[in-house]
Amino acid sequence: MTAPPPPLGLLAELTHRCPLRCPYCSNPVELSRASAELDTESWGRVFREAAALGVLQLHLSGGEPAARRDLPELVAHAARAGLYSNLITSGVLLDAPRMKALADAGLDHVQLSVQDAEEGSADRIGGLRGGHARKLAFAEAVQAAGLPLTLNAVVHRQNLDRLPELIELAITLGAGRLEVAHVQYYGWALRNRDALLPSRAQLEAATRTVTEARERLRGELVIDYVVPDYYARRPKACMGGWGRSFMAVSPAGRVLPCHAAESLPNFDFPNVRDASLADIWTHSEAFQRFRGTTWMPEPCQGCEHRERDWGGCRCQAFALTGDAANTDPACAHSPHHHLLDLAVQEASSATGDFTYREMPKLPSAV
Amino acid sequence: MSIAPATIPRFARGMRLREDPARSRWVVVGPERLFVPDDIALEILRLMDGARSVDAIVDDLAARFDAPREAIAADVLAMLDDLRAKGVVTA
Repeated sequence: MTAPPPPLGLLAELTHRCPLRCPYCSNPVELSRASAELDTESWGRVFREAAALGVLQLHLSGGEPAARRDLPELVAHAARAGLYSNLITSGVLLDAPRMKALADAGLDHVQLSVQDAEEGSADRIGGLRGGHARKLAFAEAVQAAGLPLTLNAVVHRQNLDRLPELIELAITLGAGRLEVAHVQYYGWALRNRDALLPSRAQLEAATRTVTEARERLRGELVIDYVVPDYYARRPKACMGGWGRSFMAVSPAGRVLPCHAAESLPNFDFPNVRDASLADIWTHSEAFQRFRGTTWMPEPCQGCEHRERDWGGCRCQAFALTGDAANTDPACAHSPHHHLLDLAVQEASSATGDFTYREMPKLPSAV
Repeated sequence: MSIAPATIPRFARGMRLREDPARSRWVVVGPERLFVPDDIALEILRLMDGARSVDAIVDDLAARFDAPREAIAADVLAMLDDLRAKGVVTA
């Protein structure tokens, strides 16, 4: 077998700690504690190994990455390694001096998440009173530090009607780019699916809003928007294909083909404490299992789209069918495709109550 | 809105032209984006130094490549307009 092409991007999930409690958090349901996190020097080594392997872009994420006090040192490690660094943050732990320190350390870009355009709703969804106001202040600090800003708006039934206001917010905050990201339903979000799935009418209105805004704001604001799986006929090429261009490292050092993959059963994900990124990327069983097309079942195996969507998302296949090796049910050719319509129907009559993300309870002291 | 010949095009904030040694090519990296310029686009991007105007870039290319200046100017403007729409360039 020839060596796979090197990865382009690395997602460093520095910590699972976060002051927000979003009910669609993409972290695994089993969260890591601070004591299990990689230390500063280990992350520095991971960044150098990533750059040597061919990674160009580093995403510093979490949890809330600023929950790590050594964040400026980590950014400096990334800059020295020659990586383009992108901070994915909730913004609620960073004031102007801390933001400036990150810019001085060589940070390239900031992606700020917002939960809604309307303060009361945003604070309710994020589970942190006063969170939205802090985010607005943080966006000003990003501007003052001279860094480019992307606004990330996670959208769902309870905020999608305010998409025009979210677009206006992106302009007001000086963002050059807006990511309109539909919730993806595994982990925490799957638990809250009934409260979050949008209706088809909402979705169609949102798509029209984006089309109109892209035209009106051409050259001023770039809008990224993808139709969500539950209304798609073709699955997304999740991560650009398993083990093809992307790797994620968990707070405890586990290396994953996708940040949600830790929830998949029967995997022994390798750890940066035991092996190099190059070795893991090229040789580990976990990265090879769903790489390429030979693992694919029908209808993927005989499908002309198999090297375009790579069979879709393994985590979604597992979450909905119980088998990660199945065709993603988002595909209209999947024998499980009807499960998505069923979920949409069920959600249409459900309440909007959330199960918030929580850290596991500490074991009681002995 | 089209780009005027006297405009000085610049990389948008956060966009950087850099070598990609693992793949023997040049790329523009930006916020969760990656652009792989073709040979012509790379020539234009390399001339974008924050001082040269669109006109000056066209002059430079016209001196080095065997094509009518008007044709080069049209190509440069079309490419910059496309890169501006993608958020790579401000002009």
